[in-house]
Amino acid sequence: MLVPLTLVAITVLILIDSWPALTTYGISYFATTEWDPVKLVFGAAAYVYGTLVTTIIAVVLATPVAVGAAIYLTEFAPRAVRAPVAFTIELLAYIPSIVYGLWAIFVMVPVMRSVIEPGLQSTLGQLPLVGKLFSGTPIGLDLLSGGIVLAIMILPILMAVSREVLLAVPPTQREAMIGLGATRWEAVSRAVLPYARPGIIGGAVLGVARAFGETMAVTMVVGNSSRDISGSLFVPGYTMASAIANQFVEADSELYFSAIVEIALVLLFVAILVNSVARVLIRRSIADRPAGAVV
Amino acid sequence: MKKPLIASILAFATLLAACGGSPPGGTSTPGSAASAAADPCGVPVRAKCPTEAQNVTGAGATFPGPLYTKWIDQYNLLTGVQINYQAIGSGGGIKNFTEKTVDFGASDVPLTDAQFDTIAGGLYMVPMALGSVVPTYNVPNVTAPIKFTPDALAGIYLEQIKKWNDPKITAENPGVTLPDLAITTVHRSDGSGTTGVFTDYLSKISPDWKSKVGSGTTVNWPGGVGGSGNAGVAGAVKNQPGTIGYVELIYAIQNKLGYGVVKNAAGKYVEASLDSTTKAADAFVSPDFGSLKGQQTKLSITNSATADAWPISTFTFLLLPKDFSDKSKGLAILRFAWYGTHEGQAFAKDLGYAPLPSAVQKAAEDVLRSITSGGGKVLKVNS
Repeated sequence: MLVPLTLVAITVLILIDSWPALTTYGISYFATTEWDPVKLVFGAAAYVYGTLVTTIIAVVLATPVAVGAAIYLTEFAPRAVRAPVAFTIELLAYIPSIVYGLWAIFVMVPVMRSVIEPGLQSTLGQLPLVGKLFSGTPIGLDLLSGGIVLAIMILPILMAVSREVLLAVPPTQREAMIGLGATRWEAVSRAVLPYARPGIIGGAVLGVARAFGETMAVTMVVGNSSRDISGSLFVPGYTMASAIANQFVEADSELYFSAIVEIALVLLFVAILVNSVARVLIRRSIADRPAGAVV
Repeated sequence: MKKPLIASILAFATLLAACGGSPPGGTSTPGSAASAAADPCGVPVRAKCPTEAQNVTGAGATFPGPLYTKWIDQYNLLTGVQINYQAIGSGGGIKNFTEKTVDFGASDVPLTDAQFDTIAGGLYMVPMALGSVVPTYNVPNVTAPIKFTPDALAGIYLEQIKKWNDPKITAENPGVTLPDLAITTVHRSDGSGTTGVFTDYLSKISPDWKSKVGSGTTVNWPGGVGGSGNAGVAGAVKNQPGTIGYVELIYAIQNKLGYGVVKNAAGKYVEASLDSTTKAADAFVSPDFGSLKGQQTKLSITNSATADAWPISTFTFLLLPKDFSDKSKGLAILRFAWYGTHEGQAFAKDLGYAPLPSAVQKAAEDVLRSITSGGGKVLKVNS
């Protein structure tokens, strides 16, 4: 009872504080990218874009690695290494995000700028269509770096959830498949994974939630510029959470303050939206389970 | 009705605490015996004062934080008063001061008209020390400081000058081989007084900048990368060849960053230093210290006309009400401000701040003396 009440209270509070900006800028707040505290013109589209792009990069990169690691640990790894390796990966979740940020800025960004980004540019960057993603001068402080830091940060939670879900798959699923003459891998890909799919998607949703709200580490490497939505991953970007963290303290006029609170409102709604979509996905995925599965 | 009652109870309680508190003597200095005849509550600050508040709170600019902390320690040794200063940023300081959640505010930037209007009862902005901002850059194989005209600096940040070997830069730097390298500008991503000073300067020297971007603690940058804090900007510049950023002078000195030279309003290339920063305030004439609406921008000393002044300099101010509602707090704050603008100036240089020129110090004295509580003068100057 208390939890939904808290959510309602937070929403109401944010609504009240963002009301001046809501009424002043209306729909243009979501449709334009100009964010000018001097002239009091506020459009948050670039922040929404930055948050979505970094989150997508994070989930696309982290999910295969996390699921792969979970499959290896539950199905293939020698028994002696399972617990220590799982424990080590889960430890990553306990590292404070500012530490990830420092590591990213001192270790990852120079490598991104001098090795990975020029490398991507000379290979994938030459392809039609996809090439556009890798255009521009590689500076290391950009959407791609922000996405990669996020990927590393959501990896442990994704891996931990996937592993638990795979462990929970009844042994009869595997035994039945192997009994039919399937190989180890066939048993995993045809009997275990389909059974575990809803849980894995649920883990990815938790990862998305973490990526959405993550502030410090992303702020340090994402470049913090809301200038344009160019389609390239090599341009400095800005996320909603970073914008709030960077500008909240110095927001000295009522309208400016209100415009920043409205970012929080948008963040809340986008989060609710993503969560709802994910729920639908999970429900469908459960319905799609192999008909003969032993539940 | 509620607030004054609570305030007076608190004031009464602190008075009681002050009277019944620790026995005097522990912190008294040898000098206090000689000036025994003088009022202990007057200034210069020499001793404990029974009628001043024992606890006051302030909040604001991060830039003067270390200097204020030093003053607070010293003032506490002299008087036993606890001053709690929260370095939360100029904007936050102005906001808290307006909402009266703190007893005094602090800011590196003058108030806007809109901010001025929201402050009930009026205020003074009293200069405490000076700081300055320098351009720092990463241009491979260039060791001599690069000279920038104001136009070149504005052009770079407006993204109109895109390469380091642009004629607007090379013309002023004969003998320096500037590479054919793209310029990436770096700015502060967090709202900051440093940005306020830098953009205030650019607005003064470039009409184009003024109309397109303007000045403020956060502005809509024409491009480039944002770094968080001085460290974020310096880090981005250090890592990436071709970048230019701006940081506080003390940060550049302490971290041994190279920085550029900028042509000042007198047409002279002056190196940034604490002395050339103090010089920027030499010709400063008080516009009634921020107490008149529409005059706030005159508190800005960027682009100073003085011959040897560093052009991107600023005061850092305390925000004080014209009339304190609580006299005991007012007394403690004014005595502290007096201490800072007098004895406290001796600590400025060691901590990387430029001390006030004597004319400004004198003017600040007059402001501090004129502040009242309930219409009556608060500060008494012992001769």
